[in-house]
Amino acid sequence: MTALIEKLILYFSYPFVRYALIVGVLTALCSSLFGVTLVLKRFSFIGDGLSHVAFGAMSVATVMNLTDNMLLILPVTMLAAVLLLRTGQNSKIRGDAAIAMISVGALGLGYLIMNIFSASSNLTGDVCTTLFGSVSILTLTEAEVLTGIILSIIVIAVFFIFYNKIFAITFDEDFARASGINANRYNLVIAIVIATIIVLAMKLVGSLLISALIVFPALSSMRIYKNFKSVIIFSAVLSIFCAVVGLFTAILAGTPVGPTIVTANILVFLICSAIGRLAKRTT
Amino acid sequence: MALLTCTNLTLGYEGKKVLEGLSFSVNSGDYLCIVGENGAGKTTLMKAILNLHPPLKGDISTGEGLKHTEIGYLPQHTEVQRDFPASVREIVLSGCIGRQGLKPFYNREEKNLALHSMKRMGIENLSSECYRDLSGGQQKRVLLARALCATQKMLLLDEPVAGLDPKVTQEMYELIKELNYTGITVIMISHDVRAAIRYASHILHIGTPVFFGNKEEYINSRLGSRYISLSECEL
Ligand SMILES: Nc1ncnc2c1ncn2[C@@H]1O[C@H](COP(=O)(O)OP(=O)(O)O)[C@@H](O)[C@H]1O
Ligand SMILES: [Mg+2]
Repeated sequence: MTALIEKLILYFSYPFVRYALIVGVLTALCSSLFGVTLVLKRFSFIGDGLSHVAFGAMSVATVMNLTDNMLLILPVTMLAAVLLLRTGQNSKIRGDAAIAMISVGALGLGYLIMNIFSASSNLTGDVCTTLFGSVSILTLTEAEVLTGIILSIIVIAVFFIFYNKIFAITFDEDFARASGINANRYNLVIAIVIATIIVLAMKLVGSLLISALIVFPALSSMRIYKNFKSVIIFSAVLSIFCAVVGLFTAILAGTPVGPTIVTANILVFLICSAIGRLAKRTT
Repeated sequence: MALLTCTNLTLGYEGKKVLEGLSFSVNSGDYLCIVGENGAGKTTLMKAILNLHPPLKGDISTGEGLKHTEIGYLPQHTEVQRDFPASVREIVLSGCIGRQGLKPFYNREEKNLALHSMKRMGIENLSSECYRDLSGGQQKRVLLARALCATQKMLLLDEPVAGLDPKVTQEMYELIKELNYTGITVIMISHDVRAAIRYASHILHIGTPVFFGNKEEYINSRLGSRYISLSECEL
């Protein structure tokens, strides 16, 4: 036990571990705050589609050898978010079909581009890293950490400033519109924020597993709490807890970071489901 | 100037007309009941008044300082998903969303308004309950309290008693009547013509032909008397 703690203390003296922890906690917080809205608005599939778009943008950025990948990935993902939201409201193309097209298309093209243009000797490893985030969180540069912190602060601020509007629109969009709320504008804000969260979360868990980070804490929390505020707070707590536990387990056991965090989320979900079921039976 | 005036409305969806040439007006303190067959366009009319789905043609204007956004609305179907976690208090308070403006949070005045609305609906003891665990009648009261937070002047109620049992239906009608007595103008969509002629001051019958007038005129009209006797046959 003491050996384990000593090992942890030793790891903490490395800046890359501290960076990973900071970005991990902030990403987990951001994704859980908006996860509840996404799940309730049936938007979670958009998150899934967007994460594939982010992967496509990432492969292009890698090939172009950009100094900061985010400069390309963030705007492309945001644009895709806005487009997906538009097509979702357009009755001619089915929203889910459009999302499937865009996400699978981006995934396929992204891999193809990497395959053709990449100079790397370990292509499969690179792709695997982008998809499952196996080590990218542990190789953050100072600039990336700073970008991550700034983006997280913006996301968290947007959430608090628009909290009541987000609730009203999520609960009953027609009523909010009738009260003079410009629901389209807020839906747009939500779409752009999702894009930001996805780009953040890509570093932590990789693009294939982002949805897990968004969906699991919300679903777990909804098993136990029955009002919006508590659900949000508890899902934030769960999400951060899983990120920290997952990160340390990954470092200590040498497992890939993303899948370890997702596994922690799955376990927590199972526990919350059990508690929720027990609570229902006793009342 | 009436509180709400609709002139020569044509309503419909993407070229498909539902209603044509509809004109009526509502004065302060009125209790207007909108009746008509299923699919006649009652909900569509309500959405037009609320600015949710603009009319294809015609004009809807408000008077006496009433703004479109200050109309309290009770939807027919709530789009609330079965698993939505929200407390009664959170939902009622969301009725203040239109007054909130750019402030991020609700102020004391708005919180008091929510509390007052819950008291008027007799649900203040449910305030921390979860909405989805309530009975149908309680849920309608919650949504009515939310509508009361949005308005001082006018309520639009789309089939407020649909799916309620007879006793709860009666309570709901009494509650709405009391709100009307305190000076709130009520526009209610109802399937129940007998309740309409019992509580309303005016009737708008949508269909072919259209009727608009006060209750006595409706009872004495051919359309009205036929519709009323028809609904009695159904019982
Ligand atoms: N969103 C929509 N798009 C197209 N048609 C619609 C839509 N909503 C309702 N309708 C059609 O408009 C007509 C009137 O519907 P509605 O106003 O809901 O009737 P009511 O409330 O009187 O039962 C119906 O024929 C219905 O099929
Ligand atoms: Mg209807």
